[in-house]
Amino acid sequence: MSLADKDRIFTNLYGFQPWNLKSAQARGDWDKTKDLMKRGQDAIIEEIKASGLRGRGGAGFPTGLKWSFMPKEPRADRPSFLVINADESEPGSCKDREIIRHDPHKLIEGALIAGYAMRARAAYIYIRGEFIREAETLFAAVQEAYDAGLLGKNAAKSGYDFDVFVHRGAGAYICGEETAMIESLEGKKGQPRLKPPFPAGAGLYGCPTTVNNVESIAVVPTILRRGAVWFSSFGRENNKGTKLFQISGHVERPCVVEEEMGISFRELIEKHCGGIRGGWDNLLAVIPGGSSVPLVPAAEIMDAPMDFDGLKALGSGLGTAAAIVMDKSTDVVQAISRISYFYKHESCGQCTPCREGTGWMWRVMERLRTGDADISEIDTLYDVTKQVEGHTICALGDAAAWPIQGLIRHFRPELERRIRENGGALEAAE
Amino acid sequence: MADAPQIPDEAEVRARWGAFAWTAENAEKAKAIIARYPAGRQRSAVMPLLDLAQRQVGAETETQGWLPVPVIEYVAAELDMPFMRAYEVASFYTMYNLAPVGRYHVQVCGTTPCLLRGSDDIMAACKNRGMTKGKTTPDGLFTLTEVECMGTCTNAPMVQINDDNYEDLDYDSMVRILDDLAAGKQPKTGTQNPKRHTSEPEGGPTTLKEMVKANHDYRKEW
Repeated sequence: MSLADKDRIFTNLYGFQPWNLKSAQARGDWDKTKDLMKRGQDAIIEEIKASGLRGRGGAGFPTGLKWSFMPKEPRADRPSFLVINADESEPGSCKDREIIRHDPHKLIEGALIAGYAMRARAAYIYIRGEFIREAETLFAAVQEAYDAGLLGKNAAKSGYDFDVFVHRGAGAYICGEETAMIESLEGKKGQPRLKPPFPAGAGLYGCPTTVNNVESIAVVPTILRRGAVWFSSFGRENNKGTKLFQISGHVERPCVVEEEMGISFRELIEKHCGGIRGGWDNLLAVIPGGSSVPLVPAAEIMDAPMDFDGLKALGSGLGTAAAIVMDKSTDVVQAISRISYFYKHESCGQCTPCREGTGWMWRVMERLRTGDADISEIDTLYDVTKQVEGHTICALGDAAAWPIQGLIRHFRPELERRIRENGGALEAAE
Repeated sequence: MADAPQIPDEAEVRARWGAFAWTAENAEKAKAIIARYPAGRQRSAVMPLLDLAQRQVGAETETQGWLPVPVIEYVAAELDMPFMRAYEVASFYTMYNLAPVGRYHVQVCGTTPCLLRGSDDIMAACKNRGMTKGKTTPDGLFTLTEVECMGTCTNAPMVQINDDNYEDLDYDSMVRILDDLAAGKQPKTGTQNPKRHTSEPEGGPTTLKEMVKANHDYRKEW
């Protein structure tokens, strides 16, 4: 069983063909968009619900359900907004970039349809600042859509007025958190807001807002064209559809590829990445969903299904489906310590447990890397990660804690070995 | 705070940048940017305007550009917001330079996916050219920064130099790129691996092979 090319949504994923409107239309984008919208707002939401699409940004919240939280009759003085999260900064993730630079019209058409379904007045696409060339493409693609009458007044001749604006970030991972993104769009520091109120109640400029990932929005037109039944024919129950996987690290040929949800890790690597560097016996561990999820040791991941529930069962998560593969040459403590440094760097500084904890955890990780520690400090570190986890406004604190917890859970003997070789255990015994 | 930038001498900066104003072209751009946001919400434009201002400073100084305090004041005044609110934004986001940088801002990604693929070699190539993290070379050509994940992990390791990415690097290709830039030549951007086009597996895609040659329409096979 394998996903056929005809069932892949992002046909120009690698950019062998131009991204422009004419080429995109030849591939099937913007084809009778008006008729899709004519089905009606509630029918579109129902179809997306039926397709089983879960948010592609990491949390996996059902997309159709999220849309249904938006007001059915927005007030004139409080319009609704769609914000599209293109602040792709999770280490390991690089799928939204490919959509934006090679298939931007799928995203823009999806923005119109999703915006219409949730009765939004406009969409803001928040693209991370470092995607400079990608943003240039996106600006140009949006302009093409305006020039062709596909956006703006009477968008795509549907009778619905809808605008799409592009907003560039400026280098802050935390802006990928939905309320931080809204703050940033309002021209402030990207510090997350307390919830409730949730964005669907009071988001951008205090108006009802839905924040969706690029991939979640870009798959919508194809799902509507081919039907919920088609999309939900892929993957397992509760984990439907196709997904862009990104495989980096120690595989023979790293790549981005669209595959069926629930494909086994082994099949994904064998089919598209030419296997693990040095063979399967050389596999040490995998971070299956971007840096925020705990790593999984080789034996457990090899034949695991790559979907939300399959990876949750292993104590990890699908996240953005960004697999970071580590072979046995990896200094696994250094690899996780570098992730700890990342979170220290990216903490917004708002909540004390995260602001202080991320730096503290990184410093201890660096000592564990060289073995300059006491064995009891492993437990202290674990305790501190538990103190950070769940005690912050947003999930960055959790994301900083989980990789360390995963390391201690699976590689404690390695940590102890380093300490012992460094003489730490002797001191403790005295 | 040890690695916080040294804010340049204020009197000197004020003398140089106190009269900052948009060029005619950038004034047009600024107007278009502000129009993207609802009336009364012009403050939303602070990020793009700071970026525009940094680029204008860059064009005037032939560097990547930076944000002197008088320039931030100018942007804040244009948006009718307190200076401190604009300064907060400028200091929160890493892409705004609060101190001058060189002609080329060499930003080497060092996060785990790049680390696993050899970002240490890329850093070594920079250091062997006399660069130091967080500093500008004496000739004013290169500023070296280690940055966090740039979102091109399947093409690791990578570096972003001003507006362009260079991906699938190794020590030799990094040296070549720096040599080219120093000689005033524009190196090839994107992947440096001759067997790759973008993010497909090296040697050619395993899927969607029809797309390589022609703009294939898969709808006929639905």
